[in-house]
Amino acid sequence: MTAWAVFLRDLRLAQRRRADTLAAAIFFVIVASLFPLALGADPAWLRRLGPGVVWVAALLASMLSMPRLFADDAVDGTLEQMLLSPTPLPLIVLAKVGAHWLASGLLLSLAAPVLALQYGLDGPAIGMLVLTLLLGTPVLSLVGAIGAALTVGVRGAAVLLSLLVLPLVTPVLIFGAGAVEAVAGGMDSGGHFSLLGAILVAAAFLAPWAAAAALRISLD
Amino acid sequence: MTRLQQGAHEKLPAASPGDRVRVRAVLAAHDLEARRGRRVLFSHLSLSAAPGQLLRVLGANGSGKTTLLRMLVGLTLPAAGTVSWNGRPISADRDAFHRDLVYLGHAAALKDDLSARENLQSLMAIGGTACDAAQADGALAAAGLAGRERLPARVLSAGQRRRVALARLALAGQQRLWVLDEPFNALDAAAVGWLAGLLGTHLGAGGIVALTSHQPLPLDEGDAVVVAL
Amino acid sequence: MTRINWFYYAAPARFYGLAGKLVPWCAAAAVVLGLWGLWIGLVVAPTDFQQRDSYRIIFIHVPASWMSMVLYVAMAFWSAIGLIFNARLAAMLAQAIAPTGALMTFLSLWTGALWGKPTWGTWWVWDARLTSELLLLFLYIGYMSLRAAIDDERRADRASAVLAIVGVVNVPIIYFSVQWWNTLHQGASVSVSKAPTMAAIMLQGMLVMALAMWAYAFAVVFARVRLIIREREQGAAWVRELRPAGALP
Repeated sequence: MTAWAVFLRDLRLAQRRRADTLAAAIFFVIVASLFPLALGADPAWLRRLGPGVVWVAALLASMLSMPRLFADDAVDGTLEQMLLSPTPLPLIVLAKVGAHWLASGLLLSLAAPVLALQYGLDGPAIGMLVLTLLLGTPVLSLVGAIGAALTVGVRGAAVLLSLLVLPLVTPVLIFGAGAVEAVAGGMDSGGHFSLLGAILVAAAFLAPWAAAAALRISLD
Repeated sequence: MTRLQQGAHEKLPAASPGDRVRVRAVLAAHDLEARRGRRVLFSHLSLSAAPGQLLRVLGANGSGKTTLLRMLVGLTLPAAGTVSWNGRPISADRDAFHRDLVYLGHAAALKDDLSARENLQSLMAIGGTACDAAQADGALAAAGLAGRERLPARVLSAGQRRRVALARLALAGQQRLWVLDEPFNALDAAAVGWLAGLLGTHLGAGGIVALTSHQPLPLDEGDAVVVAL
Repeated sequence: MTRINWFYYAAPARFYGLAGKLVPWCAAAAVVLGLWGLWIGLVVAPTDFQQRDSYRIIFIHVPASWMSMVLYVAMAFWSAIGLIFNARLAAMLAQAIAPTGALMTFLSLWTGALWGKPTWGTWWVWDARLTSELLLLFLYIGYMSLRAAIDDERRADRASAVLAIVGVVNVPIIYFSVQWWNTLHQGASVSVSKAPTMAAIMLQGMLVMALAMWAYAFAVVFARVRLIIREREQGAAWVRELRPAGALP
């Protein structure tokens, strides 16, 4: 019940601060749009690059929005109250990550088709792109939560967070972009997809514990 | 005060001085040591508080009063020593300990974007007690904020924000341990009186209050436990 | 029968003395084993049919890769001990291991590049081992950056411990995913790690070098942890009684 209340609260707060929420999505679109400017607009070339570029841009945009998860609550004292809740902290973390994902990862996944069209990807590839982002962005939020918890209140937290989390989520990048490339090349993507799903399940179970432990350490 | 408060306190048995059989709801700390960086703030600190007792922490600025309170609730890990509640270390069953606890720190723990009522309901939910809009409004009214329930916390003054935070106490009958860090800060005379009444009622019903305060307390301290750092 | 007190050396003061005695022995072992290993690698092992003499860099590259992973696991192990038992010394050991582990990783990458140039004409090859080593280097750098960013020592200990444990759980997943990525993308496998068929003497050489690097790591980590202990236990009486080391006050 507490976890549900925290989930709704975070959603309500995200909705009242829409500018912050949209900024990450706009960053996503801008970054993905920069690559053709840098690399040339040859259609065949872009079609090959597309899945990887969109995925990397999604990774960076997610990292950009991660500090928001705990920073505000830490500053106004609400995070302390969560640490003193009778509800287990990992559950509260899971609720916060869920609300955060709805306001970031989900938006990125839904904005991806527009970018995919810029890169000339066809229907099945676009579908797989959205699907892999829907599976992969929650993992980014979950592992990102560990990084956010470790760097609460630290100088230069945003960049440090990315430094810590990006190496850890490279498997998600590999399998996610790989699945889209497989579909674009007419091959089977089942393997990548199941691996991505397995990673999501593992992260959903383990990341909240690690993030909760990190929060207790950070607020000591 | 209001019907709500009296009803909420019915569950706690009033403590009597010679009550040795039911030594429940005891807060105890043994051999606590606190460090800040490499400096030792205090060491070999032991204390205990029985039902109905006020625990008052005194000390100069920077002497570790807040650190001690945070150790008592488990937010800060002591460099040495243990804290126990009901005879068991608090690390043994955190969730049960938290169910019995209300902690109000320096920060009012309010979200600027939520209204006073939403903030109070959210804090109550995090603390494990559901409370509907009517109860929240009642507590806010008792805290002197009638008519301001729907204002976003951003526009409230420091004193009003503290009143919203303290309104939790009006609904905290279930929690036997109240740990308050400088609760009288930023309050005007009326609010001080109200808070003193709340604390007095809680103590009278067998609860424990641990607090720090620079000012003399408008309370009958009775057999208060005083810790001077 | 006297019981072994495993926690006797858990006190920083006692470990300081023990480590001080071990450093010269480990350093000597490192030198002896290193010379022996290099002799095997440079003199005894036969010239390779395809790669001539440039393959000999594997006598440093492969042991360095092994050590980089072993040290990461050791760092995570001591971090976990420090976290579970609230033991300062274990945390200091983890802190001391990190730079050496990062050095081994860097050495592995650098020797990999040196091997790649004469063999395939490029300074960098995106093969599975080198890419995994690169990601491992990022993990080490992340660990050290997190420590450096947090001012409070105990919080830094515990936070980096969580990071190391999360990292060690991730390393197999990262390694697997990079292997998988590599087989899919390379086609004709260009592999820095594909050594010429391993004659027994080559394996022996690599093992000796690995032991040499292990002895080196022990020596350096013990020396570093002594410095860390002195710095962090500054206020303690036993530190103040120590003779100043060189120019230190």
